[in-house]
Amino acid sequence: MALTDQEVARIARLARLHLNPEQLTQAQTDLNKILGIIETLQSVDTQGVEPLAHPLASVSDVHLRLRDDVVTEISSTERRDALMANAPGASKGLFLVPKVLE
Amino acid sequence: MSNALQRYPNIAALHQALSSRQLSATELAQDCLRKIELHAGLNAFVHIDADLTLAQAREADNLLATGRGSLLTGLPIAHKDVFVTQGWRSTAGSNMLKQYTSPFDATVVHNLRAAGCVTLGKLNCDEFAMGSGNKHSAFGPTHNPWDTSAVPGGSSGASAAAVAAKLVIAATGTDTGGSVRQPAALCGVTGIKPTYGAVSRYGMIAYGSSLDQAGPLASSALDLVDLLDVMSGFDNKDSTSAEHCKGVPNAPGRIRDEFNEADKSFHSNATQPLKGLRIGVPREFFGEGLSSEVAQAIEEALKQFEKLGAKRVDISLPRTALSIPAYYVIAPAEASSNLSRYDGVRYGHRSASYSDLEDMSARSRAEGFGSEVKRRILIGTYVLSHGYYDAYYLQAQRLRRMIVDDFQAALTQHCDVIMGPVTPTVAQPIDHNQNDPTADWLADIYTLGLNLAGLPGMSIPCGFGTGASGKPLPIGLQVIGNYFDEGRLLAVAHQFQQVTDWHQRVAGQA
Repeated sequence: MALTDQEVARIARLARLHLNPEQLTQAQTDLNKILGIIETLQSVDTQGVEPLAHPLASVSDVHLRLRDDVVTEISSTERRDALMANAPGASKGLFLVPKVLE
Repeated sequence: MSNALQRYPNIAALHQALSSRQLSATELAQDCLRKIELHAGLNAFVHIDADLTLAQAREADNLLATGRGSLLTGLPIAHKDVFVTQGWRSTAGSNMLKQYTSPFDATVVHNLRAAGCVTLGKLNCDEFAMGSGNKHSAFGPTHNPWDTSAVPGGSSGASAAAVAAKLVIAATGTDTGGSVRQPAALCGVTGIKPTYGAVSRYGMIAYGSSLDQAGPLASSALDLVDLLDVMSGFDNKDSTSAEHCKGVPNAPGRIRDEFNEADKSFHSNATQPLKGLRIGVPREFFGEGLSSEVAQAIEEALKQFEKLGAKRVDISLPRTALSIPAYYVIAPAEASSNLSRYDGVRYGHRSASYSDLEDMSARSRAEGFGSEVKRRILIGTYVLSHGYYDAYYLQAQRLRRMIVDDFQAALTQHCDVIMGPVTPTVAQPIDHNQNDPTADWLADIYTLGLNLAGLPGMSIPCGFGTGASGKPLPIGLQVIGNYFDEGRLLAVAHQFQQVTDWHQRVAGQA
């Protein structure tokens, strides 16, 4: 089942990738080729097999740890500024984005 | 003082020279910096800061001068640029993170630093570790030191190239689908991907979180013992970090102890040290697509292991070919989720022109990511999207369990280790498969299953083939063990390296 150009445009939108018409055409070709590779999955009878998310979960009892919901680092303006130093737009401890509300 | 790493080619020799003060860590770092400059054409390093390096070297010298140095104090290493570092930029080989400087060190970086290693800089790689030839880097391709028209492999291509060219004694890499083992094989160095959870992923720029593991590359299994032993350990900052490995706490010393124990038991039989070791050879690793020169080198290596006393067992990993579709659903799905964090808001590239918030993200991402990353994000988004999730993503995860079961059946019933090729061919020319972006994916057939199963595996040099340009290019043997068997795997590899000299061959002097 090949992906249409509208489907590819929808996927690009979901992925938040702005592609021009030429790039969308290229993406359509590439994705259909990739689907050709991954389609072979469908030929495998997996009835009754549980999906495996963590590679060691089938041989051991795996649980994901959660940390306690407590402050672990001392906060300071300097620390905040250091953590925000890579932001493309920041001011007074806030990340700047284009206006969302008129 | 030039070519210190050629004079002292392993950690033991270098440590001896440093601790006896025949060589200072500062002289050594300067020597490596010069050599990196001399080999700038390899394009192995993406960021060097001599001041930062030399400051670390002086600290190492202070420790060494007062007898407080450890085995790794003063050793020149470099990090794949997917490990975040304070000081050096951390780019993941992407324009998205071209200017990114981390406010913290990755745990792996911290551990090696704490052990006294001196960082020479950051190493080129495929963008966000997606690729197998180091061709998909925003900073241009890295070249193979054995033949500069060939790829060094990937995604930890420059890590392998830097070790092979003796720019550093060792390098860190990451392995999501073969990215430590494959470049190690193609550059003739020794590399290990540990069991999933053995090494902390904290500060490793994420690609496929259920597959990603960090591992070292060096010139011998013996050197890898020293490095992996301090790199590994439980880390509370990684929710998938293993607390225990086969009942033993995941902490420095675990791998060394297991290595020493195995090595000692091998010593009890002087002529046939590996007597009793069953080597599973999966017949699916020797099918169509495997070049005759790689097949022959693997065969010779297996014969060498038999001479050492090991027994060869024919095994089957029936779903080997299916690891390709399973991996190329699961890894892109995880990548599309992981890479959603690059939105042009908190860090990373932001487009110069946009209409609104969503457009800003979409344009920033389209400009910041390279073509291979975009392809994988798109396919990952598709397989996770409504209506396709069951057919692709869950189906791939079911297949993943079957692949794990295949490995377990082999490793619990038939053999102690599994051996086979790492790659179907020697390193390909850099312009190979340029017009077919997915053709390279199929060459990952022997390495992907291991990541899906979370098992540890190594690549060790075992011979040479001939590249497209006629030059000799290295071949690697893959050695796979059961969960948390790293120490024993390294001991098995060490036996092979005591009776062969493939790992001692130097690029340009084969």
